[in-house]
Amino acid sequence: MKKTHIFGIIVIAIAVMVIISSTGDAGTYMNFEEALAIHENGNGKKVHVVGQLKKVNGQIIGLDESPDKRSFYFTMIDKNNTEQRVFHPNPIPSDLLRSEEVVIVGYYKKNTFIAKEILLKCPSKYNEDKIKV
Amino acid sequence: MINTPGGLGHFAVIASFVFSLFAFITYLITTNVVEGDKKKNWLKFANFFFYFHTGAVFLIVGTLFYIISNHYFEYHYAWSHTSKLLPLHYQISSFWEGQEGSFLLWIFWNVILGLIIIKTNKYWTTSVMTVFCLIQVFLTSMILGVVILEDFRIGSSPFLLLKEVINAPIFKINPDFIPKDGNGLNPLLQNYWMVIHPPTLFLGFATTMIPFAFCIAGLWQGKVKEWIRPALPWALFSAVVLGIGILMGAYWAYETLNFGGYWNWDPVENAIYVPWLVMVGAIHTMIAYKKSEKALKASIILVVASFLLIVYSTYLTRSGILGDSSVHSFTDLGLNNQLLLYLITFFLGSIIIMIIRWKKIPSTEEEIATYSREFWIFMGVTTLCLMAFHVIYVTSYPVFNAVADLFGGSLNLAPPDDQVKAYTDIQIWFAILLAFLSGTGQFFWWKKMDQSALIKTVIWPLGLAILLTLSLVSLGYFSLFDQEEKTKGQIILYLSRYILLFFFASYSVIANLKILISVLKSSPKLSGGAITHIGVAMMLIGMLFSSGYDQIISKNYTGLIWSREFPEEVNKNNLLIYLNEPIQMGGYTLNYKGIRRLFKEKGFVDQNFVSATKNPEVYIANANIKEPKVTKGDSLIIDGTENSYFEVEYLKANGKSFTLFPRVQMNEQMGIVYSPDIKRTALADLYTHVRTFPDPSDPGEWSEPQQVTVRKGENFYLNDYVSVLEDVQRVTEVDGINLKGNDAAVKAIIKIAGETGDYFAEPIYIIKDKNVGKLEAKVSDLAIRIKIDKIVPEEGAFTFTYQTTQKDWIILEAVEKPYVNLLWLGTLILSIGFCVAISRRYTEFKKMREKQMEF
Repeated sequence: MKKTHIFGIIVIAIAVMVIISSTGDAGTYMNFEEALAIHENGNGKKVHVVGQLKKVNGQIIGLDESPDKRSFYFTMIDKNNTEQRVFHPNPIPSDLLRSEEVVIVGYYKKNTFIAKEILLKCPSKYNEDKIKV
Repeated sequence: MINTPGGLGHFAVIASFVFSLFAFITYLITTNVVEGDKKKNWLKFANFFFYFHTGAVFLIVGTLFYIISNHYFEYHYAWSHTSKLLPLHYQISSFWEGQEGSFLLWIFWNVILGLIIIKTNKYWTTSVMTVFCLIQVFLTSMILGVVILEDFRIGSSPFLLLKEVINAPIFKINPDFIPKDGNGLNPLLQNYWMVIHPPTLFLGFATTMIPFAFCIAGLWQGKVKEWIRPALPWALFSAVVLGIGILMGAYWAYETLNFGGYWNWDPVENAIYVPWLVMVGAIHTMIAYKKSEKALKASIILVVASFLLIVYSTYLTRSGILGDSSVHSFTDLGLNNQLLLYLITFFLGSIIIMIIRWKKIPSTEEEIATYSREFWIFMGVTTLCLMAFHVIYVTSYPVFNAVADLFGGSLNLAPPDDQVKAYTDIQIWFAILLAFLSGTGQFFWWKKMDQSALIKTVIWPLGLAILLTLSLVSLGYFSLFDQEEKTKGQIILYLSRYILLFFFASYSVIANLKILISVLKSSPKLSGGAITHIGVAMMLIGMLFSSGYDQIISKNYTGLIWSREFPEEVNKNNLLIYLNEPIQMGGYTLNYKGIRRLFKEKGFVDQNFVSATKNPEVYIANANIKEPKVTKGDSLIIDGTENSYFEVEYLKANGKSFTLFPRVQMNEQMGIVYSPDIKRTALADLYTHVRTFPDPSDPGEWSEPQQVTVRKGENFYLNDYVSVLEDVQRVTEVDGINLKGNDAAVKAIIKIAGETGDYFAEPIYIIKDKNVGKLEAKVSDLAIRIKIDKIVPEEGAFTFTYQTTQKDWIILEAVEKPYVNLLWLGTLILSIGFCVAISRRYTEFKKMREKQMEF
């Protein structure tokens, strides 16, 4: 076998390793039901859930800030309309109230979803069709 | 159609598209169809069309800027991205805030580069410009804004009227309605980096096209190797501009955006990092080819790949496919299919032309020896490509999901949970390998090596690096990283990779220094490579310490646990600080002194000492201030109407102190944006940012009103502060109230001793038209508001009603990032190295051209 071939095989091997190891790190989008099922199977892996804050008549409800402002609870509704209490161990992100979609990354603990990370999708100003008169 | 600026602009857009198409066709004919004298005429023709295209592009740019700077808010682009108060430099940057404008910026750079190619290069002009113009056809089509049939649209024009874009009810009532002001520039982007970063980055984007165009032209014309010489200086230029662009973005993110660091592995960042890596790889194989006629095929593949990756990244960031996975990609403008067509055309086109010419490309069959310079270059380039492969693979998850959906499957791949960790865990090993190769490979480059020569050469640099690493290890430098939540195995893994990276990077610095010294003695012009590699190795060391050994010093050790349910989950990295209540933090005593506004010529002024006026840029001082010197009644011009700053004083144990002003921007449309402030020293940066503060529009919760009756000179307590009624004075004028005849007003002057000094509250009691009015006074810093409730003249007694609330507070995070300056210094050295190399390769090209050797 030529040296070039060995070299080629090594490169391919590294590339395959990279694929396997990073795919193992990849997260998965789920709804709350699936996330809960995973939790009950004892798999502690973090999952991504996409949804919205619970709103009644445009008013966000269920947002509770801790007295030291360093954490808060909120109620989120996923794409299957499942309601879930979510705890975020960080201060309220400044754009949370304006967000039209949130992605939370985390896991279940005692029937509460611990969102280690919150990604917000805010209404883009390009699509904003309100004009101040 | 052309009687409005928008009409003129849209006309210019269409003209630029049509002329680029004409130029493409005529350059194509000049290159391939006609011969001899006819060629000359056709070339004139083609250049003519390109100049017209250039003129049209300048006209588009000019018109759009005219619309923006004259505040024509009837146009969607001006309304959406600018406002009346926006200073000129931000008006310029709002130009490329939107998707259309950023395409325009790219088109603009392409035109400039095309003109330079026409001027500097005769032989290659026609074929290279053919490729160029085809790219221009695609780019100008993105802003074309032509509607064919009902709902089929080509491109998105920046010259649309507001009413064409937004279906607001106001236009039904009044079709000629023009908004008084625009939405303004996103506060995150109101920064000088927004003025220089996008142009640099898009120049980088545009320049990747030049080596690509030379390569394709070479393959097409059967000059499969000659293209390398003219392309090489451009490839170097492209790599340095892209590199500087990327680092500018990183520095911007670090300094202003609240991402907490300079690199976040966001898809948008990755989309530029990957083509850059490949371009750097291409440069190495091209240089290897020039030296020993090897690696031609690799050069062709890499040059083509780096341009295609730029097109791919354009697709990723602008088609909306990134969706949930990126915080800062552009929104979908419906260009999805057009972008895909652009990508597929160039992808298939390049592949087909490569396949056709593949047999003609010379390659050497001989084995590459381990002790040859090519072997080391190949290793390095392979490492760069594997790094690029890893990043683009993970970044492409949304694309995989979309493809799976297309075939009825469901992948649901999300980005890694801990993005930074997931990328770093793999990239760092490649970086270690790169450091090793860039040190050793350079020796092979300059000297013929065998085993004994190699040992002799590397023994000193290796020995020095070992010594340096060991001394740092023994000083405990490497054990200081954040070990929380890590198992023992992980700690060992982290420790070993940090030590290895430092060892090989320092080896690379020393090895390249050794080479630099010997090269400088003989031929300084050739020192580009050594300088660049020193820069890279320094950057690696800077990244290692600033990211691997950053220390959160705002750890909360108060022991207060508010979240009883999940105490171990709460982020312990943030501190709650109340106004004027100093607390201890990591060797400092921290004191939050309040909110400041920034004024031109004056600097920071306490927000309680200024009052707003009708003009949003002008404030009036309502008190005498010593520092900066301001007299009551002075008008002050604000520097940034949306900006407020938190004054935070750091006091060290040795009595020295400094003050940081982390910022918050409040924009009506776009919400609240925080920016850090950084205390820079040579060895480390102290990075401070505010996570949240009380909502200024929220009145807060005030206590039940309490009453106190005092006489002049008598002491009493307000919110636990010692207060005294200093005086009661009759006043003849009260702001905003017209006092006449029998009307009367008195004000009480109450001195309150706060933590940092005396405060004065001056509530007013008015009798007007036999009615009583009570004007309250508020001392925000002390969380008190007070009014005169009753006056009993015969006893000389005054009854006050007061309320208290929670004191002002901020939640702050402070991080120390050691040796981050090495990263910026390394970048500077890297850029210098590139410039030396560019000048060398360009002189080479020019000499050959003058000798008529260069085709």
